[in-house]
Amino acid sequence: MSNSLENLEQSFQDRIDRGEKIEPKDWMPDRYRKTHIRQISQHAHSEIVGMLPEGNWITRAPSLRRKVALLAKVQDEAGHGLYLYSATETLGITRDELTEQLLAGKAKYSSIFNYPTLSWADIGAIGWLVDGAAIINQVMLTRTSFGPYARAMVRICKEESFHQRQGFEIMLTLCRGTEAQKQMAQYALDRWWWPCLMMFGPPDAESTHTEQSMKWKIKLKTNDELRQQMVDQTVPQAELLGLTIPDPHLKWNESRGHYDFGEIDWDEFWRVVKGNGPCNKERLEARRKAWEEGAWVREAALAYAEKEAERTAVSAAV
Amino acid sequence: MNDQQALYQYLLLLGDSPMILGHRLSELCGHGPSLETDIALTNISLDLFGQVRNYFQYAAKVQAEGKSEDDIAFLRLAHEHRNVLLTEQPNTDFAHVIGRQMFFDTFHQLLLEALRDSKDEQIAAIAHKSLKEVKYHTRFSSEWVKRLGDGTAESHRRMQDALDHLWPYAGELVQESPLEKQMKQQGIGADLEQIRPLYWERVNAILREATLEVPENSWFQAGGKKGIHTEHLGYILSDLQYMQRAYPNMSW
Ligand SMILES: [Fe+2]
Ligand SMILES: [Fe+2]
Repeated sequence: MSNSLENLEQSFQDRIDRGEKIEPKDWMPDRYRKTHIRQISQHAHSEIVGMLPEGNWITRAPSLRRKVALLAKVQDEAGHGLYLYSATETLGITRDELTEQLLAGKAKYSSIFNYPTLSWADIGAIGWLVDGAAIINQVMLTRTSFGPYARAMVRICKEESFHQRQGFEIMLTLCRGTEAQKQMAQYALDRWWWPCLMMFGPPDAESTHTEQSMKWKIKLKTNDELRQQMVDQTVPQAELLGLTIPDPHLKWNESRGHYDFGEIDWDEFWRVVKGNGPCNKERLEARRKAWEEGAWVREAALAYAEKEAERTAVSAAV
Repeated sequence: MNDQQALYQYLLLLGDSPMILGHRLSELCGHGPSLETDIALTNISLDLFGQVRNYFQYAAKVQAEGKSEDDIAFLRLAHEHRNVLLTEQPNTDFAHVIGRQMFFDTFHQLLLEALRDSKDEQIAAIAHKSLKEVKYHTRFSSEWVKRLGDGTAESHRRMQDALDHLWPYAGELVQESPLEKQMKQQGIGADLEQIRPLYWERVNAILREATLEVPENSWFQAGGKKGIHTEHLGYILSDLQYMQRAYPNMSW
């Protein structure tokens, strides 16, 4: 018995090693299923909670063009959430259950969204840096072993790169603008830089899931490798903008062929993960409010659909 | 008012209601009762702001004072806005959002159908393009009125409450202002006299199918078209205009 389970696991791993995609109906180890439910739903929750900090500036966007672009961007994120919830549902759990997990504090979402958006430039910084960091992660995930997740990533990545360009363009406009605008951009970078580097998770030495995740191709690069990629890619962009990255230790290292950078404040990282970031409570509260106040609407839609089905059944019988 | 000034004002009248309603809907982005409705309401907001841009870009050209769509959208005083009071009503709950939308969409579709024949080619073109979007809005909001009206006891009560609250603001849409009369006579504006019976007919049909009662109150609040608004507008504008007021004369 245990022998056959081992065989199953071995042939499963062989399929992944050969680069085959695992589909929902295929046999899979229980841990694989659970890990994917956790990771994909966490990703979905991040898309949805991520709508809040940016949504915060929709009503105050400075021009009609920017307002429309921001509305469309936040709507894209809702679409990403929807798409990722569907991918999670293929593993045998419902969207409602996943939502309940989020609201009960049992499921996580990306900590970056627990930071406040304090100026219009934050909208630029989020597109440029947060979507930028997300792309680095997600490009990797287009090659992950679970088919629905990999395919979702392909589709989502296209939109994320559009978001990133748009965010950078907001920053560029500010940096070419007045002194007040440039200052707004710099303050935003000052606040978002370190939290963005934290988005890649704890350092490799402390990361618990890495080895197993690599075997299942949920991870193809380590947290530190991805973080380095983010720094290397962003420094020249900041230079182009004429902004200063708030890290006195940032320096090109010729022998490594990478930028060296300063120590990340991991105490802050864990503090925010554990619920004590500046906006953790507000974000969850906003989601809970939408969910609870929407309950009667969802019930009404269900009741109406049942009545409609009955009406069609009756008219068909007649 | 000479013809050019009247046309400019009429374009504000056409653009301001979608702008204020689009603003109200945009407040909900990320807070909808389900992901699907959140996406749909944001979509409607996006469509409305797209239409606003068309009207205001044209208005800027007509005005010929070197102003931009953003000057028109963000730098007018409250009493210079010509939107109807309905669009200012707050997002009290989803029933209010849907009720407000149903009244506006029902009217909006009839308005755009009429404006397709405007002598002003630009207005006719905007109407033609917007109509496709607004037909979808009408379907969305009227179906939701039915769902809520004929859903559960609670949704029925909430939808009826929302209608009772919104009803006094439902008439202004089809009350002809002097400006609208002037534009109608020039063959540029829509004829609200013709639209009015169709509007009420459609609204009544939707309510009937939704098992809702048509409120009895027949007094309609008005004033938006001549710049006299509800207390809500000032707060809407303080959000809408915040950046342009705090950081004047900058490009974004
Ligand atoms: Fe996204
Ligand atoms: Fe994005």
